Amino acid sequence: MATRLQFENSCEVGVFSKLTNAYCLVAIGGSENFYSAYEAELADVIPVVKTSIGGTRIIGRLCAGNKNGLLLPHTTTDQELQHLRNSLPDRVVVQRIEEKLSALGNCIACNDHVALTHPDLDRETEQLIADVLGVEVFRQTIAGNILVGSYCAFSNRGGLVHPHTSIEDQDELSTLLQVPLVAGTVNRGSEVIAAGMTVNDWTAFCGSDTTATELSVVESVFKLREAQPSTIVDEMRKSLIDSYV
Amino acid sequence: MELGASGMFVPVQTVGTVLCCICGVAMAPNPANMCVRCLRSRVDITEGLPRHGAVVHCPECRSYLHPPRTWIRADLESKELLAFCLRRLKPLTRHVRLVHAEFVWTEPHSKRLRLKLRVQREALHGAILEQSHLVELTVHDQLCPACSRAQANPDQWSAAVQLRQHVSHRRTFFFLEQLILRHGAAARALRISEADRGLDFFFGSRSHAVKFVEFISGVVPVRSRSDKQLVSHDPKSNIYNYKHTFSVEICPICREDLICLPPKVAQALGNLGPLVICTKISNSVALLDPFTLRSAFLDASQYWRAPFKALLSSRQLVEYIVLDIEVESSEVTVGGSRYSLAYAQVARLSDFGKNDNIFTVRTHLGHLLNPGDYALGYDLYGANSGDLEIDLPDAVLIKKSYEEKRRNRSGKARPWKLKSLNMDVDNTSKGRADEEKRNTEYEEFLRDLEENPELRFNISLYRNKDYQPSETSEMASTAGGDDVPSVPLDELLADLELSDGEEENDDAGSMME
Repeated sequence: MATRLQFENSCEVGVFSKLTNAYCLVAIGGSENFYSAYEAELADVIPVVKTSIGGTRIIGRLCAGNKNGLLLPHTTTDQELQHLRNSLPDRVVVQRIEEKLSALGNCIACNDHVALTHPDLDRETEQLIADVLGVEVFRQTIAGNILVGSYCAFSNRGGLVHPHTSIEDQDELSTLLQVPLVAGTVNRGSEVIAAGMTVNDWTAFCGSDTTATELSVVESVFKLREAQPSTIVDEMRKSLIDSYV
Repeated sequence: MELGASGMFVPVQTVGTVLCCICGVAMAPNPANMCVRCLRSRVDITEGLPRHGAVVHCPECRSYLHPPRTWIRADLESKELLAFCLRRLKPLTRHVRLVHAEFVWTEPHSKRLRLKLRVQREALHGAILEQSHLVELTVHDQLCPACSRAQANPDQWSAAVQLRQHVSHRRTFFFLEQLILRHGAAARALRISEADRGLDFFFGSRSHAVKFVEFISGVVPVRSRSDKQLVSHDPKSNIYNYKHTFSVEICPICREDLICLPPKVAQALGNLGPLVICTKISNSVALLDPFTLRSAFLDASQYWRAPFKALLSSRQLVEYIVLDIEVESSEVTVGGSRYSLAYAQVARLSDFGKNDNIFTVRTHLGHLLNPGDYALGYDLYGANSGDLEIDLPDAVLIKKSYEEKRRNRSGKARPWKLKSLNMDVDNTSKGRADEEKRNTEYEEFLRDLEENPELRFNISLYRNKDYQPSETSEMASTAGGDDVPSVPLDELLADLELSDGEEENDDAGSMME
């Protein structure tokens, strides 16, 4: 189910939150609306954690993670690291890595099985990603852009890439990721996909500028219409209408 | 396999389709990621561009005002007008790029100019949109300062040239008229009027008058002076408006005049025999001593330093019949013409048959004259030498005469004709006698043109459409031994066949461009 929301009047919800299949990280905003939206969706299923990274609120772009682990940049303070270790489930490995490219969210796009990284990432970081996140790592570019973490968003069911990605590139990425890919936009034509939305296997959150067309594309490619939270078996969805905040 | 510029393999890139974020139609991705229709409906790039404007137009000279002061001549729907309108709509180019501009037709009397422009501008996210934009310009009529001045006082001249020659005939002016027509020197004259012994030309500006005076001084020897009179004065901007007048006096010596040179001039020219004939007038006077075949040139400044008058001019030519000719020297070329000295026995035509007055004279026309020919010359037989301490010959022959043959052809039209200047002639003061005199002078001028190819050099002759060569004249010309000189056909210009309206504007005269 795709939800449209805003963080303090900004539609770039992928900047201020990180959603995976096992947890959700949310930035600390002035009002509780952002957090409440996530909680309303996810509270029963996965922990929703309010945090900052390196004192900033742009946590979605600074960290990268999946259900197996979470990678944090070297700017993360010890308190934040500890807070995260405490709040997240035990099987999620929280690791702070020393990497020159500290905006890990922009450099790494991953789901539970495959990760695409910035071509200039260090060898050690690549190793770490493979170990901590338990994924296969591929160095790639998307439509000629090296910030793969910004220009594509994918889950275990599907992926959305930059609109200028050529057909050949889409085929190649699709083969690597083993998921169907679609080129599209979010937030009324914005090309920065991962900054405009955040997605996991059964739900997605998009900026409130996202048009109905874009939302339908998101729902179809990530197969959200018939999705159920994986741990809940017997609870039915209350309604199929988009909720709005 | 495609090879890029460096020779490396470049994979084929096909662009995929993306859904328009507004309407969901599949389209190629663009910077705004909206289909063109949605983009157009959301963004109006012509917002803020002027839709109306005003231009000022002068109906007299059909020019448009480019503020603050320039007037640009342009026709309706011409490219000058298009450039002018675009310059007036300058604020356009600040934000948008103009790709194409054209006129939309409007009725000429509607006082509206419609322009269709295509502009390009960057819409959101860097997508460039192209849109067409209609601008309507209202035309306001207002006389430009030049036309309003002309309308207020159409005869307003600010420079006048007074051309005068103090002789009793108008041959020079006939000739000058043809020259001026040929070179269009009086194209800028507002008005031309005839005065006693000369012509007046009125111009709108001093520079036009100066140009005209320089043209005249290049064809005849003249002496000129200029004066000005203050008309108005603007003390604040120190603008002084004057009326300029140029008084141009043409040298009174004409072709075929008999001149007795004053002793000083004769000495200065190397003791040229005091009796000389003027052979040619251009911007210098060419003199020929008929008895020694020596020639001299006097240019304008030399002449006016010691001006002299002619003794006898061509009106006083008398006809002689040549009885015998004895060529003395061979043909000599002097100043472009051929002469040869000869002794001729001539008798005046009035004497011929009545008495036995025969004169033996020396002449320079030896190559032309044969016994039985007619010649024109000056009769000095009974003249008193008076102050001039020289021996006067009995007669000085000037040119061969074709009078007899002409009489056979009298009244016939010539195959060529001349145009004339648009002159204001003051007819009231003249009487009948003057008119007849004028007509005979004109006829003589035409005959001069026929006889002298060098005179025709700078003049345009036009084919006379009404001329029909009749049989009698042809017979007469073959019967006579000597052909009457006539203008060869290839010298004639075919007159432009234009409608009546055009012909009126053809002559030099009124309108300034």
